[in-house]
Amino acid sequence: MNKVLLGLLLGAVLGAIDGASAWFTPAVRAQLAGIIIGSTVKGLIAGIAIGFFARKVHSLLLGIVFGLAVGFVLAFIVAQMQHGYYFEIILPGSIVGMIVGYATQRYGAPAAVAAPSRQS
Amino acid sequence: MKFLSDKALERLREGADTPDLAGTRYRLLERIARGGMGVVYAAEDQTLARRVALKVLDVPIPGGVLAHRLNREARVLARLEHPGIVPVHDVGTLADGRVFYTMKFVEGQRLDQHIQTVPSLPDRLRLFLRICDAVAFAHDRGVLHRDLKPANVMVGAFGEVLVMDWGLAKILRDSVPAANPADPDATIFQSPNAQPAEPDATPATAVTGHGTILGTPGYMSPEQARGDIAQLDQRSDIFSLGALLCFLAAAPGQAVPPMRKDKSLDAICAKATAAAPTERYSSVGELSADVSRYLDGLPVSARRETIPEKVARFYRRHSVPILLIAAYLVMRVLLLIFSRR
Repeated sequence: MNKVLLGLLLGAVLGAIDGASAWFTPAVRAQLAGIIIGSTVKGLIAGIAIGFFARKVHSLLLGIVFGLAVGFVLAFIVAQMQHGYYFEIILPGSIVGMIVGYATQRYGAPAAVAAPSRQS
Repeated sequence: MKFLSDKALERLREGADTPDLAGTRYRLLERIARGGMGVVYAAEDQTLARRVALKVLDVPIPGGVLAHRLNREARVLARLEHPGIVPVHDVGTLADGRVFYTMKFVEGQRLDQHIQTVPSLPDRLRLFLRICDAVAFAHDRGVLHRDLKPANVMVGAFGEVLVMDWGLAKILRDSVPAANPADPDATIFQSPNAQPAEPDATPATAVTGHGTILGTPGYMSPEQARGDIAQLDQRSDIFSLGALLCFLAAAPGQAVPPMRKDKSLDAICAKATAAAPTERYSSVGELSADVSRYLDGLPVSARRETIPEKVARFYRRHSVPILLIAAYLVMRVLLLIFSRR
């Protein structure tokens, strides 16, 4: 599995789980389906971006920092759209980004390198 | 009457020993080292215009035991074509009757010198694995080295690892016509009355007489030290490799601080250097697989772990994801607690 696909799948799954954790907050339980879908889409976008980054940059630390940054930015945008719940959205979103950043650096096949041309 | 000084005598002796390479394609450059059976020189192969190492027998007796042994060493090397084993180029006899062979000139350091510049234990263990590769290859070809020690391993300028000095090698499965009934192999063990060699002396293996050779204390297996030829098999080399592993793990020298060895590595050393051959690893592959597992943070076959040790090892291997997931869960729990207030 390549790094982009890994990031995409992991971002979607963790995003969905993260969204589902809203069930523990009774005030938003009624909107749970929308939250899960939104969180999954956010995870998908973050996962693709982080996966592409992992394909270009081979550094565990930079991967985690990039995951944190992408997770933070996307979660911040979602929180802005919600007009609230900044902590509840940004904090888990950022950590999920870090986890995806770690996983895409550590696992997943790197991009194939083109074979050098033969010269006689 | 005027006596010659020791220095002058030594010079005269060196002059007399210097091989006359007339009639060969080689030109003598300098003396490099003294080995068990002779002297190793740097020479130039004038046909191919390259540097080679030329090993010349001490004694000019073409049909003698030593000549036989040097020829045999060259043949052993010739059958071992491996990146970790120094390749032999040529073998012949000089005008004065001394046997010689030429091999690749290795520019680098002996392992015991090189190791002073390698402070990292994993890097040292990776070096060890490459030594194991070469020895495993030799075993696969039916050859025992029998004199594995840091002084017999060279690390080249580009990090290549070469196992040297196969003068004591024993051929287990012979496809090369070798031993006559009075094969010197049968008597190359430490003479009970012989003076032991210095632990780190370069030519720690020296021919002291026909058929008597000093091994290197600490690197020679007990059965080899006893001269128990019948028991000698690849586990004898495994003992020497185990001693080498202990040497590499113990951070010799003043420049490098002693490193922390953990129980798994100690257990690997102990199993490889067990006094009884049956308690050692049965093959070099098994030993190197255990060292690889240790490097990868996996359990080793030499030791059974307790449950807390298994947990600690799992945590060491996966500390980053464990910490990230733990941080996520802790954060979730805290958010839950604060949202309920």
